Amino acid sequence: MATKANSRMTPLKLFSYTMVALWLIIAAFPFLWTFWGSFKVQADFLSKADWMNAISGTNTIAQTGSAFTGQGYYGAWIDEEFWFNFKNTSIVVFFTVVISLTFGTLGGYALARSGFRYAFWILMAALVFRAMPHITLVSGYLVWFFEWNVWGILPTTIIVLVAINQPFTLWMLHSFFKNIPKDMDESAMVDGCTRFQAFWHVIVPVMWPGVITTGLFSFLLAYNDFTVTVMLLSEENETIIPAINSFMGTTQIEGKVMNAVAAVVSTTAPLFVLILFFQRQIVSGLTAGAVKG
Amino acid sequence: MILFIALPIVSIFVQSLFIQHEQVLVVAESCGPFGCKESTAIDLEATEQLRKEAPLGKFNGLGTYANRSHLAFDEIGEAWANTDTFGEFVNEVGDLPFYDALKFTLSYTFIVTPLVLILGMAVAVGVNNLPRVLRGVAIFVSLLPFLVTPLVGSLILFWMVDGDGVIGASIQYIFNDPNLSLKASTALMWFMLMVYGVWHTLPFSFITFYAGLQTVPIDTLESAQIDGASNWQRLIYVVVPHLMPLVTFVTLMLIMDNLRVFEPIVSFSAEAHARSISWIIFNDLRESGNPLYGSAGATSLITIFLVVILMMPVLIRTWHDFTRNSHLGPEHGD
Repeated sequence: MATKANSRMTPLKLFSYTMVALWLIIAAFPFLWTFWGSFKVQADFLSKADWMNAISGTNTIAQTGSAFTGQGYYGAWIDEEFWFNFKNTSIVVFFTVVISLTFGTLGGYALARSGFRYAFWILMAALVFRAMPHITLVSGYLVWFFEWNVWGILPTTIIVLVAINQPFTLWMLHSFFKNIPKDMDESAMVDGCTRFQAFWHVIVPVMWPGVITTGLFSFLLAYNDFTVTVMLLSEENETIIPAINSFMGTTQIEGKVMNAVAAVVSTTAPLFVLILFFQRQIVSGLTAGAVKG
Repeated sequence: MILFIALPIVSIFVQSLFIQHEQVLVVAESCGPFGCKESTAIDLEATEQLRKEAPLGKFNGLGTYANRSHLAFDEIGEAWANTDTFGEFVNEVGDLPFYDALKFTLSYTFIVTPLVLILGMAVAVGVNNLPRVLRGVAIFVSLLPFLVTPLVGSLILFWMVDGDGVIGASIQYIFNDPNLSLKASTALMWFMLMVYGVWHTLPFSFITFYAGLQTVPIDTLESAQIDGASNWQRLIYVVVPHLMPLVTFVTLMLIMDNLRVFEPIVSFSAEAHARSISWIIFNDLRESGNPLYGSAGATSLITIFLVVILMMPVLIRTWHDFTRNSHLGPEHGD
């Protein structure tokens, strides 16, 4: 309801607009800068002499003949074999999301229909897992993984990521299933469905919004994780995040910072697309916990 | 769940009671034409054997907790006895590894958290006043720093603020000091890590508050306006109290996230100037060839203890809310 009094410009409003504008610049600028710079040579990207070089690409033109170069990307994906790490990440992320959603939907549905007050304890477990630095948990697993000789391989990492993720998934899906009226599956069961048929034919078709939101967060956890993957994966099984970290050290020495820059931009690109398509679900997921209590 | 939460905690507790084996030394006497010499060598085979028999190491009881790299009771006692003023004492204690990390972690948490709360609220109010078309764009842009991988996000910032980067070079230019760089100055490093913290977590508080703002009752706002409240007064006396439960929630989440600050320290290569608790555990485990499980376990347990203490007020409050709500019947259960 926009009345005249509401749309008048006051100092307070002017101040808040400035705040927003400032924040948006601060939020977006580093990404734009790095994306633009990833197509330049190092002398331009980290140009001490004149920051305008990074925009116009003076040294890039001098070295390669064109204002844009794919050298960094070539170096990262081909020379440093970044595609291999990318493949590992895809495996880890895919299985983490699929496994946690499978257990999450079945478990969440069961908990939501069981009538006992599990909710508090699931919430507590989810909180505890968020609160504890992941490294404390990893240090607990590490000795035994070495003992059992399962350290360094992808399945171990997937299991640990699922475990860390599970309380959160359960809690999100539990509160989501609670909002689906009980009448729906009960009437299906009155009509002669078994419990599982009721779940499969009645609940599954309507559960996708909640599952997608939860899946997005599982994806982010698995994709963004550094602590677990760096401790649990051997060098030949590294995923992208520890890989970036490990070739940060080597590229700095060899003056190949641009490879790392290109890898960083390549890592951010999928996230960018994800936000572009799923903004609404991400926002609803972020606020679900807060608004519902 | 028990398997994956309870067992690791038990495991780190057990680990923390042990320390790594000392290497088995053999003393050999070798006699040559110029007399006999005693030489000490490491018996690799025996050491390996020992490690295999008891992978946890040697039982050390609570010794690890009390030693110099953890709670350092002896060193604190000594510092207390040897220093005259309280300031000196604090300084001395601050040099011990664990307290050094604690100092950084706590300062980081208690500076970043309030900043993010206040700025997040300001941005949320601002975006709420924007025309509808622009809100979506604003939210899209804001989500980027929050969802980007922490290690990658901090790397992006690091390249910009490093001595050769665009912001770093500008800072040198402004202060007219070519040697001013992140790697050389502890104060600047702390400042930049905290700037990163605000940049990375502000979207979370902004989005939560923004969602909360959509639920502020319009009637109350209008009646406040009719009673003569200015925009500012309406914000402080109507909107902020309405959002209070959200403020508690966001504070809780922020404290938990900030306490485990870790990735930016790796990206910024900040370990010479700033170490967090997570970082020292990581460092213990990375100790090449011979990870210090005992030490990492002890630090982990102290950390968990610390987190529980810090979160206790909120946990108790959640418990109260929960039991109070459950009297209303199952529909209001969550």
